[in-house]
Amino acid sequence: MSAAPAAGSPSAESVDRPILRVDHVTKRFGGLLAVDDVTFDVKRGEIFALIGPNGAGKTTLFNGITGIFPPTSGRIVFQDQEITGARPHQVAALGIARTFQNIRLFEYMSALDNVRLGQHCRMRAKLWDSLFKTPREQREEREVTDRANELLKFVGIERYAQTYARNLPYGSQRRLEIARALATHPALLLLDEPAAGFTPQEKVELMGLVHQIVDQGITVFLIEHDMKVVMGISRRIVVLDHGEKIAEGTPEKVRNDQRVIEAYLGKQH
Amino acid sequence: MTSLRQFWQSGPRRDPNTIAYTVLLVAAISFPVLAQVATGGNSSFIISVAGDAGVYVLLTIGLNVVVGFAGLLDLGYAAFFAIGAYTYAFLASDHGVVTPLHEAIHLPFWIVLLIAMFIAASFGVLLGAPTLRLRGDYLAIVTLGFGEIVPRVFKNAATWTSGVNGISALDIPSLPLWIQGPWAGAPFGIVRDFKIIEPLAYYVVMVILLIICVILVRNLHRSRLGRAWMAVREDEVAAAAMGVNTVAVKLLAFSIGAAFSGFAGTYYGAKLSLVSPENFGFAVSITILVMVVLGGMGNIPGVITGSLLIYGVIFIFLPQLPEYATGFVTSVGLGDLTRSNGDFPGIAEFISRLKFLVFGFILVLVMLVRPQGLLPSREREQELQKGTHEDTTIVDVNAETA
Repeated sequence: MSAAPAAGSPSAESVDRPILRVDHVTKRFGGLLAVDDVTFDVKRGEIFALIGPNGAGKTTLFNGITGIFPPTSGRIVFQDQEITGARPHQVAALGIARTFQNIRLFEYMSALDNVRLGQHCRMRAKLWDSLFKTPREQREEREVTDRANELLKFVGIERYAQTYARNLPYGSQRRLEIARALATHPALLLLDEPAAGFTPQEKVELMGLVHQIVDQGITVFLIEHDMKVVMGISRRIVVLDHGEKIAEGTPEKVRNDQRVIEAYLGKQH
Repeated sequence: MTSLRQFWQSGPRRDPNTIAYTVLLVAAISFPVLAQVATGGNSSFIISVAGDAGVYVLLTIGLNVVVGFAGLLDLGYAAFFAIGAYTYAFLASDHGVVTPLHEAIHLPFWIVLLIAMFIAASFGVLLGAPTLRLRGDYLAIVTLGFGEIVPRVFKNAATWTSGVNGISALDIPSLPLWIQGPWAGAPFGIVRDFKIIEPLAYYVVMVILLIICVILVRNLHRSRLGRAWMAVREDEVAAAAMGVNTVAVKLLAFSIGAAFSGFAGTYYGAKLSLVSPENFGFAVSITILVMVVLGGMGNIPGVITGSLLIYGVIFIFLPQLPEYATGFVTSVGLGDLTRSNGDFPGIAEFISRLKFLVFGFILVLVMLVRPQGLLPSREREQELQKGTHEDTTIVDVNAETA
C-alpha cells in the first residue's frame, strides 16, 4: 500500500505543528449545550483519543469537524486551513476521513464497491468520460479497483470483496468502514468507537491495524469507550463530560485525574 | 464450440441481464418482419404503435436514472416530456407566425432534439437546485407540483401556445441523406428531401436511438457517477462523508433524467405532429413510474420490459377489451348481453367502463407475484429477501475462496 500523498513528511518542523486544531468550539441544539467551548490540538502522526461518558458530546464534536453539523461557534483548523462550516464532501476532499459509531456502510453495494466509492473524491473522470467509457476512464477504474482490493487485503477482509456490505459479519463491517475511509486518502482518520462490540481478540487485532495505519503517516483520532484500548494505544487523550473538556494529557495523567474519575464513577461523598 | 461454452459460463449464467439484453435486441430486430408476416403485409399500424411504445421506453430509461439509480422520487416527470414536445413545436412548425413573434421557425429535427434535451435538462437543474436538499417524500411533493404547473402554463399562455388547442402540423423529421435504407419507403438512390413518414422508418430510428441510449446509461451506471448515485440512495450522510458532493450528484441524475424526457418529448411531438397540454398530465408521470417500479427499479432491461408490458396493457389490451368481451359472450351463446337492457348498457360498454379496474387488478396482481419487479436489479432482489439471504451469501463466498 502506498502512503497517502496528503500525509505530511516527518520533518521536525511539521511534527510540531498540529494537524487539527479545535479552537473554542461550541455546539448548541436548541437549549441543549452539547459541546461547550472545547479547545485542543491533534498533532501530526499521533494517535489521539477522545473519551467521556455517554452523551458527553464526543460524536457531536466529530460531526462538527466533518461538517455534518457545523459548530455554533468556534473554529476548526485543519493543516493551517480553516474548515469551520465546510460541507462534508469538502472536508473529505481536504483529507479528513471518518467511520461511524453506528456502522453506516452502503448496505446494498459490494464490499469492493464500498471501497471504490471511497476513492470518489480522488477520481478525475468527468461525465463525458463516464458516458463514453473513454480509455482514460477505463484506466482509472482499473486503478481504483486495484487499490480497493489492496485496501480490503490491508484490513483483512479480501474474501468478502464481492459480498454485499450488509451480509458481512459484524467485525468485518467495522473493518470495511475503515478500508472505505482509508480509500479517501486521508491525512487524518477519525474513528468513532472502532472497537464497539469487539471480542478481546478482535480488539487486539484492531489495535495492530491502527498502528499500521499510523505507520503510513496517517494521524488517527479516535473515540473509544474501552479503556484498555484507549490507554494501550493513544499518545494523548482528551476527556469530555457534559460537553466540557475536563482533562487532557497522556494516558497516565488522565487516568489519575480526579475530575475524570468523578465523571466516570461519580463523586465520592 | 468451447469458446461459446466459455462465453456462456462467464457471462450470461452469472448475469441474467445479458440474456435479457439479447432477447430484447432480437425481438426489436425481428419484430417488423414478424409483424409483416402475421398481419399479411398490413403491418403499418402495429409498427406505428411499436414506435410509440419506444417513446415510453425512452421515458422509463430516463426516469430509472432518477428513481432507480439515485433513489429520488420524481412524480412530475411528464413536465419535462411536455417541455421537450413544446420545444419541437415552437422550433419546427409554422406556429411561430401566430405568436407575438410573427415568424415561423423551421429547425431540423436532429438539432431540435439536442436543443430540447438541453432545455429540459436546464429545467431539471432549475427545479432541482432549490429542491434537491429535500429528501424522499418532500421531493416527491415538489416534483408533483412542478408536473402540475408545466402543462397548466402551456394551457394558459394561449398567445404563445394556442392554449387547449395545442400546436399542430409540426414538421416531419427528415434523415440526413447518407442514412437511407430499405425502410425509407422510397427507391434507393439520391432522394433530395427524404422525410420519415413510413412507420417503419420511425421504428428503425427509434430502435437505433434506444440502443445508443441504453449503452450510454449503462456506462454511466457502471462508473464513478453510478456508484455515487447508489451511495446517495443507500446513505446520504455516509456518501457525503466519503467525499461525494451529494447535491451535485443528485442534480446530475435529475437533469440527465430530464434530458431523456425532453428527448422523448421531441420524438413524440414529431411523430404525432401535434402537441396539446392534455397529453402531459399527472397520469403520464404515474404511468412511467409504474413502468419503472413494475419492471424492476434500477435495472435497465427490467424497466424496458416493464414499459413494453404496461404500454401493451394500456394502449393495446385495454382498448380492445370490449371487443374481446363481445366476441366471448357471442361465442358462448349469450348474444343477448351485447344489447343494452335497462340499466345494463351492453357488454362492450360495460367492460369499457371497467377498463381501469382491470388495469388496477393487473398491477396489483403483478406486484403480488413479483414485488421486486419483473427483472429486478440484484440489490432490489436482496432487499425483498431480508433475513433469509444472509447466511447463504456468506457461505457461498467462503466456498469460492476456500
